Order: sequence, then structure tokens, then C-alpha cells
Amino acid sequence: MSKNIKLMQGNEAIAEGALIAGCDFFAGYPITPSSEVAEILSNKLPKIGKVFLQMEDEIAALGAVLGAALGGAKAITASSGPGISLKLEHIGYASMCEIPCVIINVMRGGPSTGLPTLPAQSDIMQARWGTHGDHAIIAITPSGVNESLYETIRAFNLAVKYRTPVMILTDEIIGHMREKVVIPDKNEVEIIDVKLPDVPPEKYNPYNFTSGKVTPLAPMGEGYRYHVTGLIHGETGFPSQKTDVIQNAENWLIDKIYKNIKDIEKFEEFQTGDADILIVAYGSTSRSARQAITMARAAGIKAGMFRPITIWPFPEEQISKLSKRIKKILVPEMNMGQVILEVQRNACGAEIYGLNIVNGEPITPDQIYAKIKEVSEL
Amino acid sequence: MSDRIEFRFSGSGGQGLILAGIILADAAAIYENKNAVQTQSYGPEARGGSSKSEVIISDAPIEYPKATKVDYMVSLTQESFNKYINDVKDDGIVIADKELVTDLSKAKGKLYMLDMVKSAREELGKLLGLNIIALGILVEISGAVSRDSIEKALMKRVPKGFEDYNKKALEIGFRLGKEIKNNK
Repeated sequence: MSKNIKLMQGNEAIAEGALIAGCDFFAGYPITPSSEVAEILSNKLPKIGKVFLQMEDEIAALGAVLGAALGGAKAITASSGPGISLKLEHIGYASMCEIPCVIINVMRGGPSTGLPTLPAQSDIMQARWGTHGDHAIIAITPSGVNESLYETIRAFNLAVKYRTPVMILTDEIIGHMREKVVIPDKNEVEIIDVKLPDVPPEKYNPYNFTSGKVTPLAPMGEGYRYHVTGLIHGETGFPSQKTDVIQNAENWLIDKIYKNIKDIEKFEEFQTGDADILIVAYGSTSRSARQAITMARAAGIKAGMFRPITIWPFPEEQISKLSKRIKKILVPEMNMGQVILEVQRNACGAEIYGLNIVNGEPITPDQIYAKIKEVSEL
Repeated sequence: MSDRIEFRFSGSGGQGLILAGIILADAAAIYENKNAVQTQSYGPEARGGSSKSEVIISDAPIEYPKATKVDYMVSLTQESFNKYINDVKDDGIVIADKELVTDLSKAKGKLYMLDMVKSAREELGKLLGLNIIALGILVEISGAVSRDSIEKALMKRVPKGFEDYNKKALEIGFRLGKEIKNNK
């Protein structure tokens, strides 16, 4: 074998991706179905002189991650269900203070303790709006094990580049399933490293809201002294209640993500060219959708798929464009209807149907095919 | 998708069925360069409860990763036999242990009752390795991967000092599988 190919779990692929990306630090609290990410990194990080911390709970875990990131570390945490609910407080802090970090959510059924060992896709809106206040977030929905590895590397890059929390949303199926992964060498993938500011400490401001450029986060301990607070702050980092500062600060949190959407977006189109029915599917459900499309095509129904890989910011432009051409859209999700809301908002004039199955089992190709048939006859 | 083969190992948590599935998937994916996906399903309990481990092997890319039309199922508890036999194809093969599964009222497909526990007790001296016996049986009757590949994949996952024990368990599985083939 010339290439390094392994059979591994989705959670293992995330851990491997983190190591390739140069992850220095993991803090977490174990929870099914995400625990293998912690388990593997607890074994591997200390061996290469890096840090693994099991904290007393999920809130503290993300707190530790943010502290490490302020010290210049590439840091990650992983959780699921109620664990992610606990992390929301600090996701807001990461957003407000512009601290890069990667948060893995291996989605399971909810709310509350829900279904610890069974899959769901019901945290899509939580990822976007879970923490309070206006903010933007980057979230990525890989559909398989190989993609989990590469998207984890991209998540670290985006976190550093835009000084933002980045979430990876997989689910119990992808997290626990094993399939082939091609493990790249570090020189085969793009890795963005934390950089020192290009100004001396006395001229450094930790934030800049108006230049359009993301200020590098100076690692603590390098001589750059600045203030970090969850209060609305000016460019020096100190709290401010001036109306223009507040407005600029709020605008910046949104703009730095949405004005760079072309760099952040990632999606796949499958047989959309001549499609009469568009399936918008993501994560593990997109695998069933792909199989259902093949079944539909064999039966003479022209179906195609748009698959967001970056789910937040949402690919508004692509959905809007496709909906001008394809008048029937089906959105299968393992939730009671979340991404369909974004599709409805962007696909004006199209008929939009949901397929929402939340019984603890993945949505099957047969179920999606049956719905495609039903929709095609309407 | 006609070359898609679906395997299901079913029993209770702690019997090592997930590991059996991993070894089969590893043999197919790494040693034979096929497409293979392994998934599992279990309840919130750490031990006990019904659990299953599924492997799909195919020459084509595998999209839906779970088994829905099972070609080969092995069952090591009555509960899992009853719970998971429904998706077995009409011409699918079901292997169950004579001592562990006694109520066959839910039977489906072609059912073969084998002496897995008895063989383990008599030839290995303990029940540890029942999962590997089951693995050997499925490999032998399905021919999905070669004996050589499964042995390599098994050796990679076996703790030091237990190589011979596991090889012996695999051989028992091959033998029991062969008996089925001869009786077909």
C-alpha cells in the first residue's frame, strides 16, 4: 500500500484530523456518542508533548479550551446532546472575544438526555442560535468518516483565520461507523497556523472592527498585553457603552463571517443539472438521499441533490439559484424540520416538502425514495 | 448494488460482536481493498441489552451504511434473535447457537442451528472467543473475504498472548461453516 489507508470510526477520524491540523490541546467531559474523540486524544496528545484535560463538566471544558486558545494553542472539545447545551454559554464568550476553537457535536436524539446511543440531526438550529445575542458561527456537516477527518482540519483553519468558534456537526451514525480513510501527510493538506501580530506589543490592539481584516490573536505570554471580556468592548478590548463602538462591534461579528462566505462555503451538487426534484440533504442523511436519487433515476424520476458541507453560514445563494430552475424541493432530516426553514427562506416560488423522521433510526433510502415518488406525482 | 452483501452479528453487549464486525470490515476494506462499512447499535446499558454490529461489503461505494436486507445473520441470544431477524432476506442465512437460542417461532430465511457454545466449551475450554467462532462461520459460508485476510485482520486486533487461542476459535468457525456448506 503506497497510501496510508485505515479503517476507522468517524470519531477517530476527527481525532486524527485534529492531530494533523496541529491540535495542541483537548479539554472535555466524556459523553456518548462523542467519547471516542476524547479517548483517542487522551492517548495520543500526551505522547507528543501536548495536553489532554478531563474537566469537571462540559462548561469548564470549553472554558479550558478558550484559555488554551488565548495562550496560542489550537484547541478542541467534543461533546453531544446535553453536553453541548452546557457549552453554549462559552460558545458565546468565544464568539464575543473572537477566540478560535473547534467544537465537535456528535448529535444524538434529544431534548435533554434523549437518546444517548441513537442518532439525530436536531442540533442544527442550536448550533446557529444556541448561545444568546447576535453573532455568527461556522458549522460543518460531514457525511462520512473520510470527510470527518478532512473537515476537522478545515475547521481548525477557519477557526484560526476568522478567530471564531467552528462547530463540526456529525451524528451517532457517522461518529461510530467505520469506513476507509485515506490519511494524508501534513504536507498534503493546507494548515493555517496561529501567527504573531505584525505590530509590536505597544501598538497592538486585539480587535479591529472596521478594516475588514481579522486581527491575529496574540498568544498570551508573548509580551502582548490586552484585556479579554465578554462585555461589548472596543478595539483595545476594554468594555465600552458608546453607541458607535457597540454597533461596530456587533456588525463585525456578523460581517467577518458573512462577507467572507465565498471562502467559508462548501457544498456538493449531485445530478442537479437536469433535475426536476431537488433533495437538500446533509450529514448522514445525504448518504441515503444519494442512494434514493439513484433509485428514482432508475424509475425515470429526475432527482438531484444539493449537499451543504458548510451548513452555517447557510448557502443561501446556491439554494436561491437552484430554486429558480428546480420547482420541487425535498428536505429530509432527522429532526422535525430545521434546515427546511432556511430552504423556505431562500427558495422563493418553489414547492418545498419535508421528510422528518426522528425515531432513533437513520432515514433510509427507501423512505426518501417513497417521498420523492410522492412529491413527483403531486 | 447487486454485489452488496449485508452481515449482522447480534447478541448482547459484552459478547464481542462489535469487534467481530470490525475485523470483518477490516479484512474486506484493508486486506482486500473492497468497500466496507461497519456500524453498530446498542442501548444505553454498558453490559447486556440487545446489540448488533453490521458490516456491508461491496465493490461499489456504500451510501446507506446500515443493513436493511440482511444476507447473513448470526445470533447469540434469544432476545437479539427475535429482535433483529425481521430484516433477513427470504433466502438469507441465519446462524444461531443451539443452547442460546431455543425459541424458533420468529425464524426467517434459512436457519442453521449450530453448536458454537458447545464447541467453545469443549475445544477452547471457555466461552471467550464465541464472537470469533461466529466470525469464522460467516466468512466460511459467505466467502466474502478469504481465510487469509480474516486471519490477518484478526491478528491485528488480538492482544499479545492470545493469538493461538483466537486462531483456534476462527478454525472452529471455519469448520462449523464448512459443515453447513456440505449440508446445503
